[in-house]
Amino acid sequence: MSTQIKLDPMTPVPFAVAKRVQELADTFTIELAPTSTDGFVFQPGQFNMLYAFGVGEVPISISGDPSDPSKLVHTVRNVGAVTDALSKLKKGEQLGVRGPFGSAWPVVEAEGNDVVIVAGGIGLAPLRPAIEHVLANRSKYGRFVVLYGARSPADVLYMKQLQMWRGRLDTYVDVTVDHAGRDWAGNVGVVTRLIGRANFDVHHAKVFICGPELMMRFTIKELSDLGVAKDDIYVSMERNMKCAIGHCGHCQFGGHFICKDGPVFPYARIENLMQVRGL
Amino acid sequence: MVKVEGLDKLLAEHPFFKGMDETSRKTLAGCARNERFNEGDYIAHEGKPAERFYFVRSGTVALEFHVQGQDGLVIETLHDGDVFGWSWMVPPYEWAYDIRAVTLTRVISLEATCLRKKLKKDNALGFELYSRFVPVMAKRLYSARQQLTDMYGKS
Ligand SMILES: Cc1cc2nc3c(=O)[nH]c(=O)nc-3n(C[C@H](O)[C@H](O)[C@H](O)COP(=O)(O)OP(=O)(O)OC[C@H]3O[C@@H](n4cnc5c(N)ncnc54)[C@H](O)[C@@H]3O)c2cc1C
Ligand code: FES
Repeated sequence: MSTQIKLDPMTPVPFAVAKRVQELADTFTIELAPTSTDGFVFQPGQFNMLYAFGVGEVPISISGDPSDPSKLVHTVRNVGAVTDALSKLKKGEQLGVRGPFGSAWPVVEAEGNDVVIVAGGIGLAPLRPAIEHVLANRSKYGRFVVLYGARSPADVLYMKQLQMWRGRLDTYVDVTVDHAGRDWAGNVGVVTRLIGRANFDVHHAKVFICGPELMMRFTIKELSDLGVAKDDIYVSMERNMKCAIGHCGHCQFGGHFICKDGPVFPYARIENLMQVRGL
Repeated sequence: MVKVEGLDKLLAEHPFFKGMDETSRKTLAGCARNERFNEGDYIAHEGKPAERFYFVRSGTVALEFHVQGQDGLVIETLHDGDVFGWSWMVPPYEWAYDIRAVTLTRVISLEATCLRKKLKKDNALGFELYSRFVPVMAKRLYSARQQLTDMYGKS
C-alpha cells in the first residue's frame, strides 16, 4: 500500500493506465503503474475502489500477481455507468484508486492442505492472485485444483493462462461451459459437475469460491454432499459499496460489512445469511 | 462363460454397480458388451431406436442436438463413471439426442431387449437397477436446472 493511501483511505489517488487488454466482448483488464517506490502491495482477494472521474466509483478486485507490486491489475466487466466509463479509458488516461480494502483468501492458513479454487464467470478475476500465490509457493500445498465455469467458450476468461496452468504437471485445471459448438474440446455442463472428479482430499482441503451467489450456493451444496466441512470453505461476497471502510453501511450484510469484514468470508460465518431471502 | 465373467468384472469396477450383489450383477453381465469408440464416432443418433444403454469406463462423450445445416450444439459432456442412454426405459424407446465420442471412449453397454426380459422375470433386479438409476437421473436433472439459471450471468 502506498503511504498516501494509508493516510487517507477516502481520497482517490490518480493512476495512469499503462496497458489495456480486451479479454472478452464485455470484459477488459487494465494495468496501472504505481508511482510509489514500493509499488502497490495487496493480498489476494482484496479490492480497490476505482473512480472514473466525473462518473462514479466502484469496487473492483485486484486481479494481478501479488508478488509483483510494480503492476496494479484489475479485470472489469462492463455492466453499467461506471464500468462503462472505465472501459473507455485509453493508455495514458487517468482514474482514481482507493485501497486496498477488505479481507483476503487465507492462502497462508491453507498451507499443508489441498487447495481447490472454484470460479464462475468474472469470479476468476478475484481468485487469480490466490492462484498465483499458490503456484509461486507450490511446494507448501497438497493437490492444487482450479475449476472454472463460464457461459460459453467465448466467455472463458484468461483462456491462455488457464491453458498454461493446466500445462503444469502440478496443477489440475478443469474448465466447463453451459453450452458450446462442436469445435469446443472441453467440458459442457455446470461447474459443480467438475468437483466430484477433481480427486482432492475432502478432509484436508481449503476451497475458495467466487462467482455469482447462485453459483456459489450450488457449489457449496455439492462440496457439502461430498463431505467438505463448512469451515474449509471460503466465499467472496459482493454488495454495492460507497465508503469501503465500514462507515456508511451501504454494504451491510446481516451483522457484517462486506467492505471491512469481507469480501472473503469463511462460509461457516455467513451460512445463515446466505440463506436469508432478499438480504 | 469366460466372456460374461470378464464383463462382470468390468461392471463391478464401474461406480454405478458399487455395492450390487454378485448374483444381480452377473445376471446383468449376461446382457453386456464391452465396446470402444474412436474420437468422432457417433454412438447414437437422435430419433433412432435406443437399443442399448451405456456405462462410461473411460473417455468423454458429448450429448448433442443436431441443428440443420450447422454443427451440433453440445449440451453436456459425460466422463469416466457416468451413465447415458436411459431412452431404452421410456417409450417410444428412441434416442433424444446424438451421442458422439469426443475422445477414445471405452464403455460397457447393456442390450435393452435382453434387459427388459430379465427384469420382467426378476422384479428384485428391476428394483435394484431402478433404485440406482433414479439418483443418477435426479442429479442430472438438477444439473440441467442449474444450467437453466444462467448462473454465470451476473457477478
Ligand atoms: C468486493 C467487490 C469486488 C468486485 N470485483 C469486481 C471485479 O473484479 N470485476 C468486476 O467486473 N466487477 C467486480 N465487482 C462488481 C462491480 O463492483 C460492479 O459491477 C460495479 O459496481 C457496477 O457498477 P456500474 O456503475 O458499472 O453499474 P451500475 O450502473 O451500478 O449497474 C449496472 C447493472 O449491474 C448490476 N450490478 C451492479 N453492481 C452489481 C454487483 N455488485 N453485482 C451484481 N450486479 C451488479 C445492476 O443491478 C445493474 O443491472 C466487485 C464488487 C464488489 C463488491
Ligand atoms: S461501503 Fe460503507 S460500510 Fe461498507
